[in-house]
Amino acid sequence: MTLTPDDLTHATEIESDHETVELALEELRGRVTDRAFTGETLLLNMGPQHPSTHGVLRVLLELEGETVITAQPEIGYLHTGIEKNMEAKTYEKALVMTDRMDYLNNLGNNLTYCLAIEKIAELDVPPRAQYMRVILAELQRISSHLVWLATHILDLGATSVMLYCFRDREHIVDMFEMLSGQRMMTSYIRPGGLWRDLTEDFLPALRKYLDYQPKKLDDYERLLDNNPIFLERTKGVGVVTQEMVLDWGMTGQMARGSGINYDIRKASPYTGYERFEFDVPLRTEGDVYARYIIRIEEMRQSLRIIRQAMDNLPDGPFRSNNRKYVPPPRSELGTSMEAVIHHFKLWTEGYSLPPGEVYVRTESPKGELGVYLVSDGGPKPHRVHFRTPSFWHLQTLGEVSKGYLVADLVAVLGSIDFTLGDCDR
Amino acid sequence: MSDLLSLARKIDDRFPEVVQEIVEFRGDVTVEINRSALIEVCTFCRDDETLQMNRLSSLSGVDYWPEEPRFAVHYVLHSLALNHELRLKVYAPGDHPVVPSLTALWHGADWPEREVYDMFGITFEGHPNLRRILMPHDWTGYPQRKDYPLGYEEVEFTFNFERVQSKKPFPRE
Repeated sequence: MTLTPDDLTHATEIESDHETVELALEELRGRVTDRAFTGETLLLNMGPQHPSTHGVLRVLLELEGETVITAQPEIGYLHTGIEKNMEAKTYEKALVMTDRMDYLNNLGNNLTYCLAIEKIAELDVPPRAQYMRVILAELQRISSHLVWLATHILDLGATSVMLYCFRDREHIVDMFEMLSGQRMMTSYIRPGGLWRDLTEDFLPALRKYLDYQPKKLDDYERLLDNNPIFLERTKGVGVVTQEMVLDWGMTGQMARGSGINYDIRKASPYTGYERFEFDVPLRTEGDVYARYIIRIEEMRQSLRIIRQAMDNLPDGPFRSNNRKYVPPPRSELGTSMEAVIHHFKLWTEGYSLPPGEVYVRTESPKGELGVYLVSDGGPKPHRVHFRTPSFWHLQTLGEVSKGYLVADLVAVLGSIDFTLGDCDR
Repeated sequence: MSDLLSLARKIDDRFPEVVQEIVEFRGDVTVEINRSALIEVCTFCRDDETLQMNRLSSLSGVDYWPEEPRFAVHYVLHSLALNHELRLKVYAPGDHPVVPSLTALWHGADWPEREVYDMFGITFEGHPNLRRILMPHDWTGYPQRKDYPLGYEEVEFTFNFERVQSKKPFPRE
């Protein structure tokens, strides 16, 4: 049977003229194999409203029976123009937009953007703020991994782990709320340090959490590692080879699951990661299971880092004292004329950075998160580009899931660990 | 960071006609090259023993309007084995900006190049599937260009409520 424009209009029951359908067919040409046009293989649309696509992702699937021949992600449904909008705001005000990119890694996005500004401005961050940044980034990594575990396992059919993970994540977002008043969109990390100092209830809550979480992680592993269905669906599925990692620019767990030992926290430490002792989990299988093991182990290592940072948390200022970039403390506003001037200037005109361009990368929970910041000497960024791990990883979906079953595609999607907010920005 | 400069000089020695400028800023070294030789330079960076930059780390575009050459594409090449990185930058003129595509060297350049095409209208020669990626496929204009206005929605108050409402694209009965 050969597909004609008439068949398509009939299938969808939507009135559409001949020309539109011809155009749609033309668009498909080259993206799917020719067999799709003769009806030998099945074209299937997955998403954008589909629970296991973790957001508004549409995948164009070409199937032969149940085997995936091509899987082409179509993105852009969550494109909010953050990069364009940031060009119209001052550096400080553009910060709040970074929260909204990867909504599971808000503080990590803040951190990366602030590191870029600090690099251009040559702004020093006091040690207390650096330690706090490490604690927050690692807490965020755990919370992101917990949401990943919850949704990934839910896709594979296990409901209870999902509930446990969200329960645990609640402890972390509660701690963020203690610090900043916000559960997710915190904007707590600011250029030059932090927004405000630790609140009194944060450290006791953190200490309690550190005792609580490791046991729970063991529980999850016990629940999953001996589960034959889980093992069957993850082992040997979605294998990523080392050549693919290099070819497609994969980072994070996608690289480490295939035996490429690249963790930016070790390779080019930022915000004082060189002070802490931790291991980088590494596997060589490259399948969904390897990436699962790595993420679970990373949570344990994150807890280890947090414990070290908490025990050695130095006293001192929580943000830089450079008044050209960092607003003065509220208490000075009533007594110092200079502080009022700085406050006024910083919150109206903003600060200007020296002209130049930098690229800064950090290890986000999903992989390499990079910021390319171009300053033209004015108070607003000339160009901000976010090199987001979700964007670079999602393009590999067709390559990774080729030849597996449709049900495995869901496992692969989960193990890539993307958020569409991060992907589309 | 002088070792990065020496790496950049190595590219300069190998392609003297191609390298326009070597910029050092805050410890990062950017090599600005002619766009026509981009693929040769990248192949050299990837395969040379002392460079070994086997990973394309980032790719993005910049618009310098109204200056000329108006567009630039910025690449970050990274070496996993030696853990160093260099940035490459190519410029393209405002009318008819064309840059060679890196998809033949790294498949990972696929989506980033599509994004730059979508946002800036820079065409990548040799790209297998250069379509819009973030914007709808029938969109006109390139949103990240500096001469593309930022849209906005007027704030509603009592005095202008009806006027603002009448402009909104609600379905009409």
